[in-house]
Amino acid sequence: MHALDGNAIGGLLLEVFGAEMTTATGTCAHCGAAAQVAELVVYLEAPGTVVRCRSCESVLIVIVDVRGTKCVDLRGAATLQ
Amino acid sequence: MSFVSRGFRGRRRESDADPARVPPGQYTTDDFPVLSAGPTPHTPLPEWTFSIVQGDEKKTWTWDEFRALPSETVTVDIHCVTRWSKLDTTWEGVSVDTLLEEADSEAPYILAFCDGGYTTNLPAEDVTGGKAWVAFGYGGEALDPEHGGPARLLVPHLYFWKSAKWLRGLVLREEDEPGFWETYGYHMYGDPWREQRYSGD
Amino acid sequence: MARAAVLGRLTWQVAGVEQVVDETPGVRTIVLDVPDWPGHRAGQHLDIRLTAEDGYRAEREYSIASAPDEPVAITVERLDDGEVSPYLTEELRPGDGLELRGPIGGYFVWDPEDGGPLLLVAGGSGVVPLRAMLRHRQRSGSDAPVRLLYSSRTLGDVIYRRELDQAADGVEVVHTLTREQPPGWTGPARRVDAELLGEVAWPTEDGALAFVCGPTSFVETVAAGLVELGYPPARVKTERFGATGR
Repeated sequence: MHALDGNAIGGLLLEVFGAEMTTATGTCAHCGAAAQVAELVVYLEAPGTVVRCRSCESVLIVIVDVRGTKCVDLRGAATLQ
Repeated sequence: MSFVSRGFRGRRRESDADPARVPPGQYTTDDFPVLSAGPTPHTPLPEWTFSIVQGDEKKTWTWDEFRALPSETVTVDIHCVTRWSKLDTTWEGVSVDTLLEEADSEAPYILAFCDGGYTTNLPAEDVTGGKAWVAFGYGGEALDPEHGGPARLLVPHLYFWKSAKWLRGLVLREEDEPGFWETYGYHMYGDPWREQRYSGD
Repeated sequence: MARAAVLGRLTWQVAGVEQVVDETPGVRTIVLDVPDWPGHRAGQHLDIRLTAEDGYRAEREYSIASAPDEPVAITVERLDDGEVSPYLTEELRPGDGLELRGPIGGYFVWDPEDGGPLLLVAGGSGVVPLRAMLRHRQRSGSDAPVRLLYSSRTLGDVIYRRELDQAADGVEVVHTLTREQPPGWTGPARRVDAELLGEVAWPTEDGALAFVCGPTSFVETVAAGLVELGYPPARVKTERFGATGR
């Protein structure tokens, strides 16, 4: 299995958001399911980090390191707080 | 001067690969790393279809029909944007030219679509003229689901994210529209020899 | 102070390797001297970064194995096809520098005020953050009852074995050995399943807090099993480790 959970990106999210995010709640823009970031499905072995909804598998967050800068796409998350 | 870890070399080994075959910024590997943006799909073959879509028109093959098409075995080098390159990989597949024959299209762009929702975009001329295949075999065996089986796109002259896994079809388009990784910052074209990794490179 | 410990440093810093301890063949604890360490909570982890001379980098994360009032230590299992773990378990030595950032994590953590009873379920090296929790429990004087269900391949693979054999009052440890058992072994000898969970887990009415850590497939089987037994999902905390290669 290649999937981990949001615990695996605690450091990356700390770097990107400047805050501890694994206890933040994300809601899926596709199905509305709410979950703590630590419980989301994370794929690290890819050209970027992909965070998916545990209920419907839709993409919530994508983080790509573009030439040293972390680019974060949150369009798949209706909310993240 | 950033910190250097004494004695750390990483996975790369001294390679005797011909440097002319290794694009800039790449290293060669004997492994075949599995990269994935999502769960591995498992579409049963009786449900699997491949389609060429153009506007409202669609030509579809079942697995049996697809496997009845002429296929060929090719040995190519592949280059992943995450910097590994693997030389002399052997694949068996149907040339995209064969699949596009009937469509007789002049559409300049393609969007490949896959189980699991992955997509990638390419110019039509980069998947024709013997440059691309829909591959169902790797290393003499059926393509493993981890590596995109039952069938994936194979476009070796571009970064390997363009060789979409779990391929289900190609949409022929007038406009070039970004696929999955292209939407998140990767290059629209992706030529490893010009190191086109990210948008703007 | 707890807030500062959770946030940790946003930037990478170089720690000194103080000591290395071989726990089992292939598993090593690395004790670190971290300048300006803000403290940590039991269950948190560090991000480790290795840089080769040509600038090539590899990053991994490792759970902190020590209690908050002890020197920072991580325990690393050598993975055969790993890139970082062979370096950490075979090459790195006292006196070397190790680049890290942390502590990281606010979800998979236990503080004594969280109380118990605690159900800790470990698959292989998943025992590491749970051991930090056990040490913290003991050193803080907490009397929260704990049951640890720990799955290993063989007895020789059990990390912190002697320490767990001498477990403090109120701590029960159940080992299951999945591949090979020593002669006379009377404990469980199979992968953790619903039945084994049912035997070891606190009854649902006790309101236990569960922490499950190990490879992804292990964690998912166990978490689903606990929810089946009636544990509220919010009382089952999970941390998945990579099964291979990381």
